[in-house]
Amino acid sequence: MTDVTTGQIAGAESAAPTSRRVALKRVLGPAHVWGLGVGIVLVGEFMGWNFAVGKGGAIAALTACWLAGILYTCVAMIDSEVTSTVAAAGGQYAQAKHIIGPLAAFNVGLYLVMAYTMLEVSNAIVTGDLIEAFVHNMGFVGDLDKRAFMALTIVFLSFLNYRGVLATLTLNYVITAIAFAAILVLFVAVKPWAPGETLKHSDLLTGLPYGGLGILAAMHFGLWYYLGIEGTTQAAEEVRSPARSLPLGTMTGMMTLLIAATLTWYVCSGLMPWEYLGQAVTPLYDAARLTGSGPLELLLFVGTLFATLASANGCINDASRAWFAMGRDRYMPVWFGAVHPRYHTPYRSIVFFVPIAILFAVSTPLDQTITLSILSGLLGYTIMALGVIIFRRKWPLGSISRGYVHPLHPLPAALLLLLCSVTYLAVFLGYGTQLLAMMAFYIAASAWFVLHRYKYCRRGDQFTMPWPRPKGY
Amino acid sequence: MKRTPYEPPAQPVLGQVFDALLVLGLVLVTLYLPLLLKLAGSGTISDIADKPSWETLGQNPVMAGQWEKLGFDPASAATIVGTRFDYSFSWIGFAVTALVIVGYFVAMLRWSDREYRDVIAERFGENPTDGAAPER
Repeated sequence: MTDVTTGQIAGAESAAPTSRRVALKRVLGPAHVWGLGVGIVLVGEFMGWNFAVGKGGAIAALTACWLAGILYTCVAMIDSEVTSTVAAAGGQYAQAKHIIGPLAAFNVGLYLVMAYTMLEVSNAIVTGDLIEAFVHNMGFVGDLDKRAFMALTIVFLSFLNYRGVLATLTLNYVITAIAFAAILVLFVAVKPWAPGETLKHSDLLTGLPYGGLGILAAMHFGLWYYLGIEGTTQAAEEVRSPARSLPLGTMTGMMTLLIAATLTWYVCSGLMPWEYLGQAVTPLYDAARLTGSGPLELLLFVGTLFATLASANGCINDASRAWFAMGRDRYMPVWFGAVHPRYHTPYRSIVFFVPIAILFAVSTPLDQTITLSILSGLLGYTIMALGVIIFRRKWPLGSISRGYVHPLHPLPAALLLLLCSVTYLAVFLGYGTQLLAMMAFYIAASAWFVLHRYKYCRRGDQFTMPWPRPKGY
Repeated sequence: MKRTPYEPPAQPVLGQVFDALLVLGLVLVTLYLPLLLKLAGSGTISDIADKPSWETLGQNPVMAGQWEKLGFDPASAATIVGTRFDYSFSWIGFAVTALVIVGYFVAMLRWSDREYRDVIAERFGENPTDGAAPER
């Protein structure tokens, strides 16, 4: 294992025309990949998903949960094939660079950075709100400035990431497991085998308050159940055996999330009126409070806190790696492409986002930071669907070595495109101006890249895989 | 025939700082400012009763019991219950949004392909032969 290699990066043997290329440590196994994926996403069960209830009612949210599950199954299938073949830091960014082209790669890099940074911000907001609510429920009287906890969360986790990836991802694995266990304990504690005793679905489920349109609108926040599972690919350059570990870690992560999402919906919709659930900041913690059990409330406080910390931790890891990869390729200033001489982490990229994250955390509402994250993720999934079609066309099966081949192509890509289109419409319903603001950001950034930034990029260096010439080029 | 590699200009440190700040500025202007000025965000309508009861809010006894466990009374719950998303549909707004999204992807893919051809020409040479090994 080396930190500075001479062409030993997986799939990038011919990458560096220069003799030495900066690379990250290869220390991660499938459990870390699972921990990174589920760790980022599991927080989606503890907060944010319930805004789907606000947009369409509880039944609509369940429908959205399953539809989003199909969308993410397509994402996981496609991502496993492409990532196990293009295993380099930056994940989807590196893939877009090899498959579609520089401008698309630049945009995908930005999607990743914005999606994960806004998810990190959302986690920090929830951490602050949760601590405030818990302290007051414990009988504290007086004012507590939750913004201090938001800022502290971001600074502390950024420092952990600055110090080293193995320590932070091992920590992620442990606290993710505890958070998942908290959901399972809550599910058992509400006695799902005795309907009406604790869970009161028959009195609380009220159909579709917005009619069929509500199901469509709920897809917007339905993505939150799983958003970020594709983050497993960000650490591709740090995984010991990408062809095995990435598909295994991603698909088991997806199964974990499908189970957790359904359990979460079942418990919360049986305990809270939909109007409350649709705007709650910490729904699972509230569900525990409604059981009247002190130990359960404490467990879900810890579970929610751990889930948000694990997610924010993984987000800092992923956003910084995407930014690092862009800096290394000169899509962003090369200053960001540096690795810390002692800790071997992309430390400048980590530090750069701290002030942005704090600014958004202390001054914007949760549903809007979540929407910014979802929109960036959604744009990335759209490109992913188009990308895999282009990938198979440029390098048909058999022309290059693939770590994993996803079945039924192009059905997953077509289904993913369809579900992405539905989700754009869902965001348009209620959050149309935010959708346009986000598009304005990416259009302006693209113009900047084309007119200014791309001139600093070496053309031939954009293609580093040891593959034959793409078909048709 | 292999194309002469493009040699990019070196970017001075000040230029790098400027570029980094420009990206930050873009985030603040396009994403943060609209939220700060409340130009973006959720579109809702409110219908809040003056002297609400659980019955007028459409809450059955079980729902009312859960609200109370959560620390709400009818007056404090009325704002939450009475606020709904505004799904009134503007076809013009929809058409503009759809055009922006589709136009963005089409332009991005076309421009990327143009850049990609340069990358491939520099990496593999000008005269393509499908399946040929890359030139070293």
